[in-house]
Amino acid sequence: MSGTRIEVIEKYCKGCSICVEFCPKNVLEMDGFLAKVVRLQDCIKCMQCELRCPDFAIKVYVD
Amino acid sequence: MAYDYEKYIRPGKLPHIWCPGCGHGIVMKGLIRAIDSCGLDKNNTALVSGIGCASRLPGYLDFCTLHTAHGRAAAFATGVKMAKPEMNVIVMGGDGDGTAIGGNHFIHACRRNIDMTYVIMNNLIYGMTGGQFSPCTPTGDKASTTPYGNPDPTFDISKLAIGAGATFVARTTAFHATQIDKLIAEGIKHKGMAIIEVLDDCPTTYGRRNKFRSVIDMMKRLKDIAVPVAAAGKMTAEQLEGKVLTGVLYKEDKPEYCEQYAKVIAKASGAK
Repeated sequence: MSGTRIEVIEKYCKGCSICVEFCPKNVLEMDGFLAKVVRLQDCIKCMQCELRCPDFAIKVYVD
Repeated sequence: MAYDYEKYIRPGKLPHIWCPGCGHGIVMKGLIRAIDSCGLDKNNTALVSGIGCASRLPGYLDFCTLHTAHGRAAAFATGVKMAKPEMNVIVMGGDGDGTAIGGNHFIHACRRNIDMTYVIMNNLIYGMTGGQFSPCTPTGDKASTTPYGNPDPTFDISKLAIGAGATFVARTTAFHATQIDKLIAEGIKHKGMAIIEVLDDCPTTYGRRNKFRSVIDMMKRLKDIAVPVAAAGKMTAEQLEGKVLTGVLYKEDKPEYCEQYAKVIAKASGAK
């Protein structure tokens, strides 16, 4: 989706995979022990990944 | 723009020490959003905690913070509030800290109805001290000190708080992230003792011993057991078996302790 950007701060991500599991649109996937944004175009900006990330590792930038 | 949590976090403190998937981080985010929405002044807000995983939380945040003895957070917080009644006092703690070692302080803080907010993160176990069972560990579940299953019945923290006299009692879970900040904000605005119980997950010391194979299993458990108070009225007793109610469970207006104590001071100093 245009204008939306999801940043995964690798230094903070502990690989719990909560964001991957509870994203309603499967935007994220695990890449080893880190979350990775793979389908940004499907993002509906529901913010569930950012809200549920316990490690402050995900930021969803919405214009 | 993304939400600016950094505004309230002490520089260089992240990443935090909690295990992967621990819900305490989700609660910390909820607390930040709640404080931000209430517009509290950093220098006029005290975060008080005892000992334990949950009690590490104030150390990360840029407020007046107080890390006290195990279980004594409510007692220290009462002291802070009485010395400075204009200060916003928020206590952060876990179930072991708040209901076992600090059980006495917890019920008496509730009884006095002193104006503070107590966020109690119930992860069903003593995490940091090595996975011993707490008063909230479900009967039959395993902990490092109950390898054959816990024989004890459990505390219902919210019912305990209502019974002890707290005037605002609410419950939510770490899964219901948006509800955490709403309930904490409501608790901060409430004049009197506000207890917010957040059901949390502990994948490391509780989950591994109790057939929760992953963080996701633990989060799904929180999702499954939560029933909003409004929906529970339409459910049968059988449907409510094993569930916990979430939302605002109890609210009333009663005289607040600092105001009552100010009257005592006025009377003792001869004012009419």
